[in-house]
Amino acid sequence: MSVKLMQGNEAIALGALAAGCRFYAGYPITPSTEVAEVMARELPKVGGKFIQMEDEIASMAAIIGARVGGLKSMTATSGPGFSLMQENLGYAAMAEIPCVVVNVQRLGPSTGQPTAASQGDVMQARWGTHGDHPIIVLSPISVSQAFSLTVTAFNLSEKYRTPVILLTDEIIGHMREPIELPDFSTIERYEQVVTEPPETYKPYSNRTDVPAMAAFGRGYRYHITGLFHDEVGFPTQRLDEVEPWLERVNGKLERHADDILLYQADYQPGARVAVLSYGATARTARHAVKQLRESGQKVNLFTAYTIWPFPEKAVEELADSVERIIVPEMNLGQLALEVERVVGRRKVKRVTRANGEMITPDMIVAAMEM
Amino acid sequence: MAEHILEAHSLTKQEAQIPREDWFEASETLQHLRKNKKFPTIWCSGCGLGVIMGALIRAIDHLGLEKDQVALVAGIGCTARMPVYMDFNTLHTTHGRALAFATGLKIARPDMKVIAIMGDGDALAIGGNHFIHAARRNIGITALVVNNSIYGMTGGQYSPTTPVGMRATTAPYGNVEPPFPICDLAIAAGASYVARSTAFHALELDKYLSEAISNEGFSLVEAVSYCHTTYGRINKLGTAAEMMRSLKDNSIPKATFDKLTLEEQQANTKIVRGVLHRKKRPEYTAIYDLLVQQQTHQEEIRLRNVGRY
Repeated sequence: MSVKLMQGNEAIALGALAAGCRFYAGYPITPSTEVAEVMARELPKVGGKFIQMEDEIASMAAIIGARVGGLKSMTATSGPGFSLMQENLGYAAMAEIPCVVVNVQRLGPSTGQPTAASQGDVMQARWGTHGDHPIIVLSPISVSQAFSLTVTAFNLSEKYRTPVILLTDEIIGHMREPIELPDFSTIERYEQVVTEPPETYKPYSNRTDVPAMAAFGRGYRYHITGLFHDEVGFPTQRLDEVEPWLERVNGKLERHADDILLYQADYQPGARVAVLSYGATARTARHAVKQLRESGQKVNLFTAYTIWPFPEKAVEELADSVERIIVPEMNLGQLALEVERVVGRRKVKRVTRANGEMITPDMIVAAMEM
Repeated sequence: MAEHILEAHSLTKQEAQIPREDWFEASETLQHLRKNKKFPTIWCSGCGLGVIMGALIRAIDHLGLEKDQVALVAGIGCTARMPVYMDFNTLHTTHGRALAFATGLKIARPDMKVIAIMGDGDALAIGGNHFIHAARRNIGITALVVNNSIYGMTGGQYSPTTPVGMRATTAPYGNVEPPFPICDLAIAAGASYVARSTAFHALELDKYLSEAISNEGFSLVEAVSYCHTTYGRINKLGTAAEMMRSLKDNSIPKATFDKLTLEEQQANTKIVRGVLHRKKRPEYTAIYDLLVQQQTHQEEIRLRNVGRY
């Protein structure tokens, strides 16, 4: 255990190393580049590999290729690069290849404001690639959590054979905070274990929610494709083969929601208003709620760390406890759409800002009075 | 002609007489095909892709590689469907990205033979950037590009290798764009082995592919083929057999080409077959692994002195 002062981006890189990441492919982009810089420096020291690819499409492809070869892999980017990664993010979801994609959000669309924070990619993280697909999206609120949620991202990705997006932002990425770093050897790492012999191995078996994935070159010769496929991985259009697979893949995360959904619900008896937030905005929300409570008002505070799959039940419970939910976001209202879907529009008060500036505590306090 | 095709498919007359269900055991080539994959292939009958697949299998068989040590990575298109039929580690990826996936795989497993199988549109249009950068790095991947001058799977649109003036569904008045010379591009970008042959010259392909796979750096084999279904029909080039024959008639060995005068070489319109480039250069994963060895060693010394995080 040691205490260090570092940026969120550095903490993400160290979290990846602690989680067993041994391959990183990326392309320089503000405000995420420090992740690549730390990985380039640190990976070779632990026997890992780093490569700077020709673009973000290639970076995403390379991390999938490396994971197929048996190395836990990650890439990091920001909005414009995240747009390019959507193609192969869909491939990873379809072919069920574990990998971690860090998106340090900046103001968009297009080139936007490279050095200004934003939470504008919430919907893209969920629906950016074409077609229905499973995906996990985690959002840290501090440097310390940037480290721990990166470890969680790797473990969930391996456990559920799905890409996991660490959706952070320029504020968390560039902010410096003290962090207590654990001894990396004490970090729990999820490792896939294939128990079947090659003759009976089915990489996409529908008998279990998450069949174990064999790496290439270890005696399990099989086919991986982005096409609809059967249990052994061959392309198929037969409905009797496609439907069980669709059911398994699109339901596997929901069936393990208890394990995947991370949030903190801080209730005050008698509260009539709640603040629901995530990422850097959760820091503002905490500050505002502290102010309100100190002035004698009762407020519930809900912080989502897993934003996709959306923690529906927990938010329903939150809605049952109060009359109004305030949702502050550094966008024009994205996760608020999901809150509104679950609890109804009338109960939700959006507090939005998409100009590169943070939401202030005053904006949240003002929303209490409306 | 039939004799040639039979030969190119490496089915000897003797093999052809063996009952179909016993083929897999009887032929060394067929032993590399997937028994549990339903044949026939998705390719049109008469397509050159079967010949080229046979050449690839014979090359791997000739080198005596373990099946587990071979990975085939492909993008999208008719050519990219090739890996699914073969009993190796096979990765069918997204359009144009085969080399980018292959790069990650090769870095993770430098000991494996990684072969990227692409068509001309896959490798040079949507995948052009990955193609030049894989060559630049001289990473130990063999790129097999089957060049049929057209997008076949989508029904015959012009590609980056369609000759000027030839027709396609998206070039109904003739193509106005100059084509990429695939091999020249790879040489300029840094590939360490570059060879070209055609679907007609199957045994030549066997040889070039085994040399390419043995080469430690980035290798390119351009296998010139044809698409009688789309390109052949719209340009009135005849049947599959006639197009196969034209590969023979319209190609010359590099040795013959080299003997031509400069004017004759410049005027040449025939496909030049042969090893066009061979240059020993450091291979990417070998260099990176050396870097890793040095840094892990340094780190051990540092840890001994200051301890872990």
